[in-house]
Amino acid sequence: MASWLLRSTTSTLRKLPVAFSGKSTGVLVGRRNFGSMDAGQKLDPCSCEDDYRDTVYQNQDLDFPGGKIPLTSQMKFISEASDKRLPCYRVLNDDGSLISNSIHEQIGQEVAVNMYSAMVTLKTMDTFLYEAQRQGRISFYMTSFGEEAINIASAAALSPHDIVLPQYREAGVLLWRGFTVQECTNQCFGNKDDKGKGRQMPVHYGSKKHNVITISSPLATQISQAAGVAYSLKMDKRGTCAVAYTGDGGTSEGDFHAGLNFAAVMEAPVIFICRNNGWAISTPVHEQFRSDGVVAKGLGYGIRSIRVDGNDVIAVYSAICAARNIAISEERPILVEAMTYRVGHHSTSDDSTKYRPTNEIEYWKTARSPVARFRKYIQRNGWWSDDKESELCSYVKKQVLQAIKTAEEMEKPSLTELFTDVYEQMPPNLQEQEMSTRDTIKKHPKDYPIDAHV
Amino acid sequence: MSGSIGRTMASGKISTLNKFLMGSRVFASRTYSSTAKEMMTVRDALNSALHEEMSADPKVFVMGEEVGEYQGAYKITKGLLDKYGPDRVIDTPITEAGFAGIGVGAAYYGLKPVVEFMTFNFSMQAIDHIINSAAKSNYMSAGQINVPIVFRGPNGAAAGVGAQHSQCYAAWYGACPGLKVLAPYSSEDARGLLKAAIRDPDPVVFLENELLYGESFPISAEALDSSFSLPIGKAKIEREGKDVTITAFSKMVGYALQAAEILAKEGISAEVINLRSVRPLDRPAINASVRKTSRLVTVEEGFPQHGVGAEICASVVEESFEYLDAPVERITGADVPMPYAANLERLAVPQVEDVVRAAKRVCYRSSN
Repeated sequence: MASWLLRSTTSTLRKLPVAFSGKSTGVLVGRRNFGSMDAGQKLDPCSCEDDYRDTVYQNQDLDFPGGKIPLTSQMKFISEASDKRLPCYRVLNDDGSLISNSIHEQIGQEVAVNMYSAMVTLKTMDTFLYEAQRQGRISFYMTSFGEEAINIASAAALSPHDIVLPQYREAGVLLWRGFTVQECTNQCFGNKDDKGKGRQMPVHYGSKKHNVITISSPLATQISQAAGVAYSLKMDKRGTCAVAYTGDGGTSEGDFHAGLNFAAVMEAPVIFICRNNGWAISTPVHEQFRSDGVVAKGLGYGIRSIRVDGNDVIAVYSAICAARNIAISEERPILVEAMTYRVGHHSTSDDSTKYRPTNEIEYWKTARSPVARFRKYIQRNGWWSDDKESELCSYVKKQVLQAIKTAEEMEKPSLTELFTDVYEQMPPNLQEQEMSTRDTIKKHPKDYPIDAHV
Repeated sequence: MSGSIGRTMASGKISTLNKFLMGSRVFASRTYSSTAKEMMTVRDALNSALHEEMSADPKVFVMGEEVGEYQGAYKITKGLLDKYGPDRVIDTPITEAGFAGIGVGAAYYGLKPVVEFMTFNFSMQAIDHIINSAAKSNYMSAGQINVPIVFRGPNGAAAGVGAQHSQCYAAWYGACPGLKVLAPYSSEDARGLLKAAIRDPDPVVFLENELLYGESFPISAEALDSSFSLPIGKAKIEREGKDVTITAFSKMVGYALQAAEILAKEGISAEVINLRSVRPLDRPAINASVRKTSRLVTVEEGFPQHGVGAEICASVVEESFEYLDAPVERITGADVPMPYAANLERLAVPQVEDVVRAAKRVCYRSSN
């Protein structure tokens, strides 16, 4: 299997120098051998291919730390951009038909229908919880509108034993793994059933049971952490991988650089999935980076990368399946750039109509909807119908509304939870503080509405 | 057996480097008695602790810049790469933020990383991971993610290294709930506290001192045993006294002990407390001492505002106000970024004379 991969990826790379050479006929320097590298080994000398003939002296290589490098006496800058952007892997047409002769994973009826239902559930949960925030019932919310395919299809392609480190727009991954709508809602309301014990603002989910690391607000920290997790998994010989998600904006953070660089050097089995949805709050991608998106950055770290249509369930599913296999069997990181569009606002604190045209949002919401596209596919296959659609929609709506009602009416966590988990064992000073707090509440009940919590 | 490892290390390693460093400003203080036959440098103490903990627990691993092939920028990790291999001793690319994040990620998964910062000054580039990814994680994840990580490295002023290499971070890290912050002084402290830190399930910031690495201290057989560890959160009374309490940590403990010697000759009996633990602070021990002596001088190298001494002073005023016979005095570093010129640097850090004069002031034996 490895040699098949070698052949196919070698041929893919052979095309790259053309894409990169651009107008100034810059030459792509070096071509990696795909065996793993120790610190002591050098890169293989670049073979003289047709593209290089005019600029490279045959058989003349210079020895430098890091390996041999072919000489050229022509001063040529490698272009910063090529006329052709790196292509995007897509399998499903907008009308739900498969592109002929496409390579992809076969997805059976059950998995396909489950994925579709999960996408609808995610979308419905987002709709109602967003509304709940607007009504002042929760303090904050973030939706994943437009990115349902990335969420669900990537989760479905992973093993439940793979460790996921999300950013914040991947609630669908949790839903796929079995975290319920009720559990999500409990977290948003911070009630006593919240698995997060009321510690975090809404949508900052986490579940050890589902191998999803708790969401942390500082951007991109999960990327370098994922390299660490992957390294540990490799040392433990688990046969699983780590998966870190980020948006296009997160790739500007230092942690992105460190995480990818390290993962490559440490040969760690980690998949970095970038949801390039075009916007980082109000910053469009053109103001975020000047590279050809995020996939082009992979080469800079020596990381195998792919760009995929993030709104195409089957393409995402297939790409992640392949990425996972490579990451684990070859012990290397993979970068996946999933192209999509952030249909919703960044969060409830944002009004994106202030910085982008409403007709653009409307277009992506309808004409390019990943949910609608996949629905067409499963209906074409006879796995879905309008009746099933209305049945699902009303069921999910009922489920979400009930979850919100239950979560809202539930008591808040006990006072003790203010003081637990700061350390593994509650230290004496916190025990004292808890006692003294309870004492104060007893003495001044008017100041503390204790009926609201346990 | 580890006792013999300890003995081998102690006898072989009083090096020329040690002698060079000892030529500067710090002297070993041997005023406390011990029945120990062995002497051990702080460097060897830390090194032996790392060896023993890595040997005892396969989940423990070391990472940082130059920790492997180079044997450590200050040779604290010497011999570890040869013995435990590159899987457990990782030379990282240069990114404090990066390797702190990676270490935290490994700890999330269940390994026990010991992350070295070449100096805690560089930890500022990783401080988000230390605080937001490590310290707060257990709490924010409701106990699902604990982070058994140790961040260690030299802290505070060295000699002639200027402002960006000389800051003391005890007060900053000591303020943060979720962290434990330790500051060893002697070799016994170094061994016992580092072992405790590695075994602890919570994130620990372990503040060493570059100038102490080469200093030799007597070490007991008990401390040389591989199962030895010191409790976190307990200070040590280095010298008993009855007239004034002097608290200090790290290198300043040595200064406080020297000051106590000088004060003894003038009839002032000083009690010197080696904090060992900045967070949690051993408030009971400090207050008990002040209730005995009625006077307090706190000593630290770091900046005065919001320093460790400020916290100790507040604690004593809150809990032992009626026992105080004089206002608390804080001896700290100067409120300036550390200058480089030798004379200016000397003025910017506490000297033994400063501690002596402060003790005399609180004893009303002088007005200056």
